[in-house]
Amino acid sequence: MEVKNLATTVFKIPDVEGRWMVVSGLAMVCVVLIMAVFAPLIAPYDPTKSSGDVLSSPSAKHLMGTDNLGRDIFSRIIYGSRIVLMVVFSASFLSMSIGVPLGLISGYFGGKLDRAISMLMDSMYAFPSLILAIAIAAMLGPSVINAVVAISVVYVPTYFRMIRGQTLSLKSRLFVEAAKAIGAKDMRIMGRYILPNVVTTAVVVFSLSVADAILTEAGLSFLGFIVTAPTPDWGFELSAGRPYLPAGYWWMITFPGLMVMLLSLGFALIGEGLSEIYAPRRER
Amino acid sequence: MMLLDVKNLKTYFYSKRGVLRAVDNVSIGVDRREFISIVGESGCGKSTLAYSIIRLVDTPGKIVDGKIVFDGRDLVKLSEEEMRRLRGKEIGMVFQDPMTSLDPLEKIGDQIVETIIEHERVDKKEAWEKASILLEKVGLPGDRVNYYPHQLSGGQRQRVMIALAVSLNPKLLIADEPTTALDVIVQEKIMDLLEDMKKEDRAIILITHDFALAADRSDKIAVMYAGWLIEFGKANKLANEPLHPYSEGLIGSVPDVWEDRDIKPMLGFLPDLIDPPKGCRFKPRCPKAMDVCDKEPPTFSVDGRVVKCWLYGENNG
Amino acid sequence: MASLKAYIVTRALLVIPTVLILLTVVFFILRILPGDPIAAMVGQKVPPEVVEKLREEAGLNKPLIVQYFEYLFNILRGDFGKSMIWGKRPVIDEIMLRFPATLELTIFGFTLSVLIGVITGAIAAFRRGSKIDSSMRIYSIVAYTLFIPWFGMLLQMLCGVYLKLLPIGGRITPGSEPTTITSLYVLDSLLTLNFNALIDSLSHIFLPALVLGIVLSGAYTRLLRNNLIDVLSQDFIVAYRARGVRERKVVKHAMKNAFIPVITLMGLQFAILLAGAVLTETTFSWPGMGTFLLERIQYRDYTSVQGAIVFYALFVALISLIVDIVYALLDPRIRY
Repeated sequence: MEVKNLATTVFKIPDVEGRWMVVSGLAMVCVVLIMAVFAPLIAPYDPTKSSGDVLSSPSAKHLMGTDNLGRDIFSRIIYGSRIVLMVVFSASFLSMSIGVPLGLISGYFGGKLDRAISMLMDSMYAFPSLILAIAIAAMLGPSVINAVVAISVVYVPTYFRMIRGQTLSLKSRLFVEAAKAIGAKDMRIMGRYILPNVVTTAVVVFSLSVADAILTEAGLSFLGFIVTAPTPDWGFELSAGRPYLPAGYWWMITFPGLMVMLLSLGFALIGEGLSEIYAPRRER
Repeated sequence: MMLLDVKNLKTYFYSKRGVLRAVDNVSIGVDRREFISIVGESGCGKSTLAYSIIRLVDTPGKIVDGKIVFDGRDLVKLSEEEMRRLRGKEIGMVFQDPMTSLDPLEKIGDQIVETIIEHERVDKKEAWEKASILLEKVGLPGDRVNYYPHQLSGGQRQRVMIALAVSLNPKLLIADEPTTALDVIVQEKIMDLLEDMKKEDRAIILITHDFALAADRSDKIAVMYAGWLIEFGKANKLANEPLHPYSEGLIGSVPDVWEDRDIKPMLGFLPDLIDPPKGCRFKPRCPKAMDVCDKEPPTFSVDGRVVKCWLYGENNG
Repeated sequence: MASLKAYIVTRALLVIPTVLILLTVVFFILRILPGDPIAAMVGQKVPPEVVEKLREEAGLNKPLIVQYFEYLFNILRGDFGKSMIWGKRPVIDEIMLRFPATLELTIFGFTLSVLIGVITGAIAAFRRGSKIDSSMRIYSIVAYTLFIPWFGMLLQMLCGVYLKLLPIGGRITPGSEPTTITSLYVLDSLLTLNFNALIDSLSHIFLPALVLGIVLSGAYTRLLRNNLIDVLSQDFIVAYRARGVRERKVVKHAMKNAFIPVITLMGLQFAILLAGAVLTETTFSWPGMGTFLLERIQYRDYTSVQGAIVFYALFVALISLIVDIVYALLDPRIRY
């Protein structure tokens, strides 16, 4: 009940189906956010230094056990959340700030420009996203900044397509026609009349594409394109733990992977829930 | 013996808001080779009645009580499999919207053949031949068996629907607003075709909101209002001197190009069937309402017709 | 049927601009991005003369426009250049050695994903509003957010390390390869009736294909459920029932109708599948295109990297063509 009241009064989330998704998604994301912000306070050990025996299984001393160098996995996971969140958020804001204006312009003006941008975006969209990111990251060289660039390029078409579609349908609506009739400038119409109406879509696309970007980030990191040892990053932890798997050291991979899923699932639930709330499907 | 004898049928829908009495205590008989129209506003329960007869009322709807005696058998008591064998074979059905009533992915011929094979032991080749003969019977070239639904017009598709409905030579054909979705010119032709189907020793039930159409085509008319059958009798009598004030209202609201009379639109709306008015359900809209109308009227027999209205209480009682 | 041919020809012609754009995008990503790809790949330790030589070998010292047309022209001839390492073999030959493994993995993963998605979606639709329906909904979201290497390793641990049921990596036990016909081990084993190789290759492909299948099935679950609910409420389904068609057959028709939009999703899903395959191949030491690409990135073999990415682009374009043709074959409304 407490959570329900909080959802209705504080976050103004309507009491409809899909709300539980938003609430549980927000909860998952908040856990990770808190981890990232208060990492030094929460983490029991230095994530980059040995703090016990190597490969010891989870215990009271090491909640998630230690890795092959005796580092505390729990601490590495807490600090690792910082890299994921930083890369994914910067990349997503970057793709949003390119994709949304492009979509608006393309959808609003139409014509040859629209066709050219659309064709480019469509073929990028059709290309396997992780492979595209790998190509870019490989050309730029492994680093956090380059990973941000690689991931942001991948998600530009996602924003573009959704926003362009919305703009097209809004363009012919009465209030836009009316604004044109009284002589409003194109820039003003886009900023004043169309942009506010695509904000909801942009938010939904943002949470869904962040959910996907987390997996792409983890993938790139797993393949070694983002960080180098000893920096902790969830995807990277999995590749470090992989050689120890046949010997049965399950804790080295289980916890980092679980965190990737938790964070991605959190954003996916928020996106799904929001799209249900703002565009309810007919339920028969 | 009558071909179809519906007795005290009750079909209710159960929703969160309450029980919706879509068909409430309706009795109606259909003789062999008879053309009967069931007339009423949308939402009066006429379609639910039709779907009840072939037992295809969608959940949350349910036949609660009553009998549907068809050719000596009570359909309410049949098992699901017995009912399946009867559908199509003994009772055919034509639907309102021919654009959505055919499977878009199957050829016309395949749809007819599947229907035939489900009921009769014939080989595919024979069934295909039968399919093109059927199409010719409904006025389409036989080679249309090889067409897909989207290649045909609305009128042509409704002909296909009629061919499908009569493909197994059923004794009863139910047509639910078969011309509502069609052009005016096509409507006439489809109605002619439907009447044609009567010649093959077949009874027809036409569900329609169009009183003029019903009066023009049928032997008998049944008027439904808010789940009740309020008047049932010979078409010409009912059209010329309606007994129930609602029937009168229905006729009054039909424009007539030949007679110069004022159109009298009926006032008010169909009542909420979950919470209907006490007593007679038509009372709130009835120009002749009396005190006694606060009680539910029984069904009276007047002049070979049945009518559910207190006006006829004194005369008979 | 003549119009079907016309449709296929038109659709096939449309591949040309798509491929051109894809190739251009790849070219731009590989050359225009800030920084020198060779320097980035080689690192700082190599003397500038060597870098210059490598640039020359990769054709990177010519003007951009010349490079672009040379690149396009060579690819259209099927010339993907020569590898910069190991005897400078033609890149296309090396790709062809690795591609069958990826093809086999994606075929199995794809089939499993559609199968799982259609079954779970149908169950959800027939039980709509029930607990099963909502759990299928959660399944479709969770499946999508599974991190492939993690999920793969968990299965390796369970089936390989603890239960010792399945091998945890590789395509086949070395030495038991079937006679090469198509280079798809499962198919070759079947064709040569080599049952040892068949069981061996199936036991190797099962886990990686299952990982891909489950992760990709979520989208199908959702789409099929919604379509099926929509179709089941349509008039023609009631009309089938009203003609006494058996419920089993009615369901078959409903499924066929609900499946049509799923085919359009397949094209997009295939791209996601290929991306997922890179991670799956790495996790399961699967000697396919994905591991090839990563290996060559490590060895700083620029031409091979470019060749692999171009090959992926062509493969994606081909798959979307095939998907569209299948769509036309199944839906008469497109065909006529």
